[in-house]
Amino acid sequence: MIIIMKQLEAVISSQTVNLYLIIGGKQMKSLEELKAIRESMQAQMGLRNEDTNQTRIVVGMATCGIASGARPVLMELSKIVQEKGLSKVMVTQTGCIGLCQYEPIVEVIEPGKEKVTYIKMTPEKAKEIVDQHIIRGQIVSKYTISEDIG
Amino acid sequence: MLTELSLNILDVANNSIRAGANLIVIQVSIHTREDILTIKIIDNGHGMTKEQLSQVEDPFFTTRTTRDVGLGIPFLKQAALITGGTFSIKSKPNVETLVYASFGLSHIDRMPLGDINSTIYTLVLANQEIDFLYVFQCDDKEFQLDTRSLKDILGDISFDTPEVAEFIRDYLNDNYNETAGGCNF
Repeated sequence: MIIIMKQLEAVISSQTVNLYLIIGGKQMKSLEELKAIRESMQAQMGLRNEDTNQTRIVVGMATCGIASGARPVLMELSKIVQEKGLSKVMVTQTGCIGLCQYEPIVEVIEPGKEKVTYIKMTPEKAKEIVDQHIIRGQIVSKYTISEDIG
Repeated sequence: MLTELSLNILDVANNSIRAGANLIVIQVSIHTREDILTIKIIDNGHGMTKEQLSQVEDPFFTTRTTRDVGLGIPFLKQAALITGGTFSIKSKPNVETLVYASFGLSHIDRMPLGDINSTIYTLVLANQEIDFLYVFQCDDKEFQLDTRSLKDILGDISFDTPEVAEFIRDYLNDNYNETAGGCNF
């Protein structure tokens, strides 16, 4: 049985080049679809550009951040930025910033501006930050660290 | 406290990122007959010396300068041991570091795997300069996501381009369901 599967896989892989997994008669999602996406996007924007014009949204992802809910915050940020087509905005992550009690922490770093640190983030608050700060350019001061300390 | 194994995986992978790795392998295997779940995380970062290795399971040891306690590894170790599992870390500085944990699959205290797809998606999208090989196995089925293959196809197109991000999300979700379906855990 295993030998037959191996032969089958060999035939398939020689035909499709890519990771095609056929198991138990069912076919899994393969990378072929990604090739089609790639073709349709040829000559389009969306290049991995690290230009200086880029705004970075950075989520703290050390143990403290993860334990307080950073993963859903990052998932939400990534989702909204894609939905709104904000191609100049990059969502990325960092380690522990040293303010564990304020996690999840999100930093917004815009070119030529001072970094803004948002604390105790939730997916809902993160959405507000994209709408208000990233799109409209208005800092949401009620969630910033200076508001909490001051 | 990290409440899902997938959050522990995210945490350990972040140690690999901080160690300057450019390739991180994450393997989750479930074997229902042997009643075991294993997690392997291998990276090529700067690794740890013997001395650091002997301290890393101690919660009051951390390499960080921003705070004094490091709970990530002790969390995972404890989570494994209470299910009758095992835990180990091996490191060859600048070559390879391996974190391995096994769990009693049906043990009452085993944490749920949780949203492993979100963990992988988050790592891949937020660290595009690092390559990830993710392998998920459940009994006789398995699938993998290798970001090197994605980059071969995509060239300069970024993972956070909406169409591509959606593909990655669906790829993880669909293949997870296909692999885990029929495999009782």
